[in-house]
Amino acid sequence: MKMDIGVTVNGRKYQASIEPRLLLSDFLRDTIGLTGTHVGCEHGVCGACTILVNGDSIRSCLTLAVRADGMDIVTVEGLGTPDHLNALQTEFREKHGLQCGFCTPGMLMTAMDLLKKYPLASDEEIREGLSGNLCRCTGYQNIVAAIRSVVSLRNGSAS
Amino acid sequence: MKPAAFDYVAPNSLEAAVEAIAAANGDGKILAGGQSLMPLLNFRMARPSVIVDLMHIPDMSFIERRDDAVAIGALTRHADLEFSDLIAQNLPVMAAAMPHVAHLAIRNKGTIGGSLSHADPAAELPMLAVFYGAAIKVQGTSGRRDIPAEDFFVSALTNCLDPDEIVFEIDFPVLTSHAGWAFEEVARRFGDFALASIAVSLEILDGRIVDARVAVMGVADTPRRLREAEDALRGEGEPKTAAKFGKIVRACVSPESDIHVSAEYRKNLIGALAERAFTTAWTRAVGAKP
Repeated sequence: MKMDIGVTVNGRKYQASIEPRLLLSDFLRDTIGLTGTHVGCEHGVCGACTILVNGDSIRSCLTLAVRADGMDIVTVEGLGTPDHLNALQTEFREKHGLQCGFCTPGMLMTAMDLLKKYPLASDEEIREGLSGNLCRCTGYQNIVAAIRSVVSLRNGSAS
Repeated sequence: MKPAAFDYVAPNSLEAAVEAIAAANGDGKILAGGQSLMPLLNFRMARPSVIVDLMHIPDMSFIERRDDAVAIGALTRHADLEFSDLIAQNLPVMAAAMPHVAHLAIRNKGTIGGSLSHADPAAELPMLAVFYGAAIKVQGTSGRRDIPAEDFFVSALTNCLDPDEIVFEIDFPVLTSHAGWAFEEVARRFGDFALASIAVSLEILDGRIVDARVAVMGVADTPRRLREAEDALRGEGEPKTAAKFGKIVRACVSPESDIHVSAEYRKNLIGALAERAFTTAWTRAVGAKP
């Protein structure tokens, strides 16, 4: 059984004929070649595959690609370019918010949604928001610092 | 770690979905938000021949006040409940519990109908349905019926639905006379399934408790309303009732040991959470800030 889908990823339209069992994470990585989205646990625990669908963060390993038909997707490749990092990516670089980099795409996409939906007034709130994303380098301290820095810049008080 | 092959249908009406799942003869699975089903498919712990996806059925996602209840469509996402003013005003215990439901990316996709149908004994929404005495509305080939939440959950991961029935709406009665409430939960990692959790709400008249509502989860194979503890609170009038209440709740439950903690630990935990919840609910009921 094959099904036709059309999705917009990072502003570009893609058409594909896929099996309904194909995971959205595998569609992004294998079908259209965007390997920025990482696949860790494939059961929703590690958060590495987090992307934005219609503006909301979701686990791409926990959704079927066929369900993304007609949707607007943003992956880590859509946040910025090496020459023009977005504000969050810039602070990840400044604060050394990444070590091996495996969890980074998921951390960035999760943080994009957290910044939109929560005041993130305390580090505790940031940590709770990141509790669904695992960093096996245990580099959480600097990830929290990077997000704190974006919140401070946004609130007009430089950290 | 990839799903086995299946046929996929995404009907445009509840009636067509019921027909599709009935036609699968017990070898089909309903897909709502997929946040419990997808891991099972990825692990191949579930290998249905047909997936019936509800996502294209219109009018299944809503939150509405109707008389003394809040009606919630089965495809309403956890995040919709978390950020709803209507929920915050009418179902404060639900509002307090929602941030504990998994993580934001899961709440953006998971649905109330899916969570109830999955019937995890340590999940918040089944416990909230039991706490509020919700009516779970389902449709099958032989028509519609309302199932009281306490009858819906049979055991761990098992509900009382016939194979052709689909949850389409849940009605939560508003506890209008209860001015004090609290929700307490402890999990190994914020957002993980609860080790134990309790919800309490109180109606107080002239310094005495005249009505109470108590439900717990994580301490049995289904969420449970503790009527014995509710009865014990009636007529009580002092905030130090907390210790007594904790003892009663502890005596009401007989949890089991598992990979995370021992039965004894869980029992002590639910007692401690009960004391804390009572104090918060009492403080709110007498009009102070907790």
